[in-house]
Amino acid sequence: MKKNINDTVLRFMTCGSVDDGKSTVIGRLLFDTKTILTDTLAQIENTSKKKGMTEIDLSLITDGLQAEREQGITIDVAYRYFSTGNRKYIIADAPGHEQYTRNMVTGASTAQLAIILIDSRKGILTQTKRHTYIAKLLGIKHIIVAINKMDLINFDELKYNSICENYKKFEKNIFPKNTKTDIKFLPISALKGDMIVDRGNSMGWYKGLTLLELLDNLDTTNDFKESSFRFPIQYVCRPRESANQKLHDFRAFMGRIESGFLKVNDKVKVLPSGNESLIKEIKIGEKNINEAISEQSITVLLKDEIDISRGDMLVHHDDPINAIKNFTATVCWLSENPLSINRTYLLMHTTRTSKAKITNINYKINIETLEHEEVQNELKTNDIASISFKLAQPLIVDNYFENRGTGSFIVIDETSFHTVGAGMIELLDKKEK
Amino acid sequence: MKKLLTHLDWLESEAIHIMREVAGQCSNPVLLFSGGKDSLCLLRIAEKAFRPGRFPFPLMHIDTGHNYPEVINFRDEKVNELGERLIVASLEESMKKGSVVLKTDDEPRNKYQSITLLEAISENKFDCCIGGARRDEEKARAKERIMSFRDEFGQWDPKNQRPELWDIYNAKVHNEENIRAFPISNWTEMDVWQYIERENLSLPNIYFAHKREIVRRNNTIVPITNVTPAKSNEIIENITVRFRTVGDITCTAPVESNADTVEKIILETASTSISERGETRLDDQVSEASMEQRKKEGYF
Repeated sequence: MKKNINDTVLRFMTCGSVDDGKSTVIGRLLFDTKTILTDTLAQIENTSKKKGMTEIDLSLITDGLQAEREQGITIDVAYRYFSTGNRKYIIADAPGHEQYTRNMVTGASTAQLAIILIDSRKGILTQTKRHTYIAKLLGIKHIIVAINKMDLINFDELKYNSICENYKKFEKNIFPKNTKTDIKFLPISALKGDMIVDRGNSMGWYKGLTLLELLDNLDTTNDFKESSFRFPIQYVCRPRESANQKLHDFRAFMGRIESGFLKVNDKVKVLPSGNESLIKEIKIGEKNINEAISEQSITVLLKDEIDISRGDMLVHHDDPINAIKNFTATVCWLSENPLSINRTYLLMHTTRTSKAKITNINYKINIETLEHEEVQNELKTNDIASISFKLAQPLIVDNYFENRGTGSFIVIDETSFHTVGAGMIELLDKKEK
Repeated sequence: MKKLLTHLDWLESEAIHIMREVAGQCSNPVLLFSGGKDSLCLLRIAEKAFRPGRFPFPLMHIDTGHNYPEVINFRDEKVNELGERLIVASLEESMKKGSVVLKTDDEPRNKYQSITLLEAISENKFDCCIGGARRDEEKARAKERIMSFRDEFGQWDPKNQRPELWDIYNAKVHNEENIRAFPISNWTEMDVWQYIERENLSLPNIYFAHKREIVRRNNTIVPITNVTPAKSNEIIENITVRFRTVGDITCTAPVESNADTVEKIILETASTSISERGETRLDDQVSEASMEQRKKEGYF
């Protein structure tokens, strides 16, 4: 294992349906890394017997809620964990059926990698295109295409190669805006356990890494290396009432670095005000550090006393970014209640929330054909569309493909307060800035 | 310079971020503190999130009246050391008021905690409770949100959860509704022990191997206490045990173990073959869906 990824976290999602053996793949990963413990296994054995099965059904490991068991389907994203000693993994296990596009979008939003499963007998299907589209739309930089059920095609190398070639051909045309996706292929048999954790004896012709080795060796260090420093302020610490006199003038700004680096003495500016200052101290808890990196939750002290509150953002002083009030975004509609163009919604973006009106629904994406379609003034659950917004408060945004943290937002219904949509910002031209 | 965080740094940072979101978005949050290992991790995270300031929330313990005295003493010492405010919501008070009615005197009280919790939420007008639940504990928890919405009856509706994307958490609620926030959702039991070791956190001593009088009942070790006496035909043994979870006496069982340090517990956790709840939570063995059912009734 490379030193810079040792002991890190990798979040991935699995795309596929029960028919592709998705649950069996996850079950196999958990089982073969010894994450499944005896009592859970006993429970699964019990259920397998009740269902009249003679062997343990590994897919039951990922079985969920009572409501789902009754219907025999997964309706929600489940999160699962395993560790190889080298790395901690968080799996977003999302149902793959088209009715659950919103759950796939949810699972993909936090994933760094997607495993796309293909049934070797069926090859590339419409759903393979849909899964690839969603993974790329959500800015996932790494895809592993796992051709499953190799046992059912006699572990045929030629058939495997032809599926890989077909995938490469169509993948290029899917979401060409996101061109930097790293794609890897491997043949597996989740049922037999071949090429998941162990290599098995049936595919000597495959010289590449197993699924677990691919995961353990994936280097994500450079995924967002070009992103600029973004530090949305979550909370301002002013311990005035403290018994400690020294703290009476203490003012610190707390948050998590969405992207980039920060060092002590860096010159920064506050947005939207534009006021500038220098970084005096960076702390984690009460411990001082000299520099901080993306995803770190820190506390920052500035040289000058300037007005900063929750919702503001610190960036480097020479950064050209500005707060804006109009932008276009790709939105996935998550709610059972349709989007109405006449309503006002709340957009929650980093630590700032603004009222927003929809100025136009530009087009809708047909998730099967991936073609643009005209829309009337409404969007339904699972619809993905390009929408132009006009905001009451300015937001400090980036292009989603350059910065996931500052390029994403959720849409909240003003009345119910439910989360009804998820958006990825696309800055089309300078005019919008 | 390392460009990626180690797994403990990443988990800690995520938890701090979640706690600060609660502080930034909610007007009257509370942190549920039992004296157990998971809630002790929450307290360390709160220190890292808010010091040198005070915590922007009080701590609250739902006291079933059936607690190990070591844990209660530890709880009070810890609160003292932190200088934060503790609210104790008592299940026995709910029994006096008549809102909790046990079927029999010796019925386990764990599930009734939900009633006392909901009463305390309503009395104090809390709009968010921060809890130490983890998704690896149980399958109903695997689908739980980090910020989980509860209606005015405190109910969790698995079919009506708010989608949760990226690191954007929607904690908006109306009067009487509330959010349950789980900053260590993505931690496993192993992560918790590794964090305890790294941060050198002190724990109630019953987490470490000690001699205790027990009986063996239905494949479980039952500690002998005044609320869990031995039955007449049972043989009392004095063996070395430790607790993997700490809660209401009547539903928490110890395991046989000689692990008397955090280091040894980590080694044991790495090689155990039985899950935390399966082994030690008597209340989760009742049916496949018991946690899901309890959560629907307002349990955290």
